Amino acid sequence: MSGSFIGVAQAARLLEQRQASSVELTAEFVRRAQANTKLGAFLHLDADLALSHAQAADSRRSAAGTGPGPSLLGVPIAHKDIFVTEDAPTTAGSKMLQGYRSPFDATVVARLKSAGAVSLGKLNCDEFAMGSANENSAYFPAHNPWDVSRVPGGSSGGSAVAVAAGLVSGCTGTDTGGSIRQPASFTGITGIKPTYGVCSRYGMIAFASSLDQAGPMARSAEDCALMLSAMAGFDERDSTSAQRPAVDYHAQMLALREGATAAQPLRGLRVGLPREFFPAALAADVNRAVHSALAELERLGAALVEVSLPRTELSIPVYYIIAPAEASSNLSRFDGVKFGHRAKQYGDLLDMYKKARAEGFGAEVQRRIMIGAYVLSHGYYDAYYLQAQKLRRMIADDFQQCFSRCDVIAGPVAPTVAWCLDQGSEDPVQAYLADIFTLPASLAGLPGMSVPAGFGEGGMPVGLQLIGNYFAEGTLLHTAHALQQATDFHAQTPESLQ
Amino acid sequence: MLLTPEDVGRIAHLARLKLDEPQQAAMLQQLNGFFSIVEQMRAVDTRGIEPLYTPLSAVQAVELRLREDTVSETVDRERNQRSAPAVYEGLFLVPKVIE
Repeated sequence: MSGSFIGVAQAARLLEQRQASSVELTAEFVRRAQANTKLGAFLHLDADLALSHAQAADSRRSAAGTGPGPSLLGVPIAHKDIFVTEDAPTTAGSKMLQGYRSPFDATVVARLKSAGAVSLGKLNCDEFAMGSANENSAYFPAHNPWDVSRVPGGSSGGSAVAVAAGLVSGCTGTDTGGSIRQPASFTGITGIKPTYGVCSRYGMIAFASSLDQAGPMARSAEDCALMLSAMAGFDERDSTSAQRPAVDYHAQMLALREGATAAQPLRGLRVGLPREFFPAALAADVNRAVHSALAELERLGAALVEVSLPRTELSIPVYYIIAPAEASSNLSRFDGVKFGHRAKQYGDLLDMYKKARAEGFGAEVQRRIMIGAYVLSHGYYDAYYLQAQKLRRMIADDFQQCFSRCDVIAGPVAPTVAWCLDQGSEDPVQAYLADIFTLPASLAGLPGMSVPAGFGEGGMPVGLQLIGNYFAEGTLLHTAHALQQATDFHAQTPESLQ
Repeated sequence: MLLTPEDVGRIAHLARLKLDEPQQAAMLQQLNGFFSIVEQMRAVDTRGIEPLYTPLSAVQAVELRLREDTVSETVDRERNQRSAPAVYEGLFLVPKVIE
């Protein structure tokens, strides 16, 4: 089989037309994954299990075929190691969960499995999804396939690397403050964080429960639409799951806009550019790539309008109060009793807890637990946590103001292209500041997407961020798809891996 | 507002983390660096604003669901305990708590 970098939609077509079997596709991806272990994408790769699932998918196809439309049956994928899996270890990138075996599958994993997708294993990530460079993985960092001396972004860094290097067709990621969008931007792939509540959080190891959301990361908007249709939907096991009928995101992506023409598929679409997303400090290369993508959207019929998100900068402290507060509460379950690390030697119960947690958690996780415990502690709750939640309402209201004037919001995903490994870890606060453009949509619970927009300094990819109103994933996918029909940034691959 | 070494010790205890002296000192510096970016947030007038605890409540009524009170799960003790650090005859072991 010639040509790697086979995306989800392409794999589905090859399988449908019997041009390749799932066993053939899976074997090829496994071979590439094994040949590229230096990239650090996988924490756990199980070739035998993947091939046996591929075999089963091939049998299922010859016995029963698939329904109408593209099917994920037999498509090779992998999961961010934040989703618990019955048949593979789950670590959340932490020593705390080394050797942990879940008794059940996360809902997202179970749904992709029942759609017939074949998982190769578990993908590297920042510990408990806390980080934006994948350097907080307790195991090893992941490397950007475009330049292995650079980070792939995070926290879904391993997921981004796996797709960008052609080690899987597509994969799952999670996004709390940008963890799907930023690594997608840094590695030149496509990723979507749906509206909060669209994908079930059941079995997704919790970081910040009011922000965490799963989504697909893949080569194209079409790939993401196919995966999201299988992943999304109401789940009674998640108390915050949105109660809505099932959505065919692929159909929404393809649906023609009213007034659209072949040359101008985006005619009538109003794209809002928040002036706060284009500050003087924005790197010139990122600005250039984003503006050329915006010019392309205009050529496709969209109208650009200026809007404002005045509390963009405030999103940083608001997020870094709320997320650690929720993390400190969620991570209190790691006490070394029912699962997780326990110290070799300890005195009483309290000493056992404290040693297990000090040894099991890495530095960034401990820092966030400390911040969270402090802002929730007696006497500080109102000043920090409550104030942050009020500001969160104001940030969500700002978006609604914008959406009275536009259909989607566009801007950069990150202020710069991917930086070099070991460059950002001196001062943790500096890293937080780089999350500025992804945090607002996370706080509001809105869907956001990263779409490849070109290349900047050092030939590194730049992503265009698209933000939609609640449950407007279809509009984002349609816009991204139109852009990808007219450009080929998403089809570019790193030369060294071709 | 700056945190003191005593604050760090108190929070570490609340968070059930055993930090030695150098770790506490480093943590103190990092936390104070962090809270310097938080100050701008405290200055905003938020009187009369309702907190947004869960994002969908910005656009729709969010209520806690109740499910039917029926058996939906089965307990497989062995499977559930396979990742526990210390078990004995189906029980989780911890240091003696009651004298």
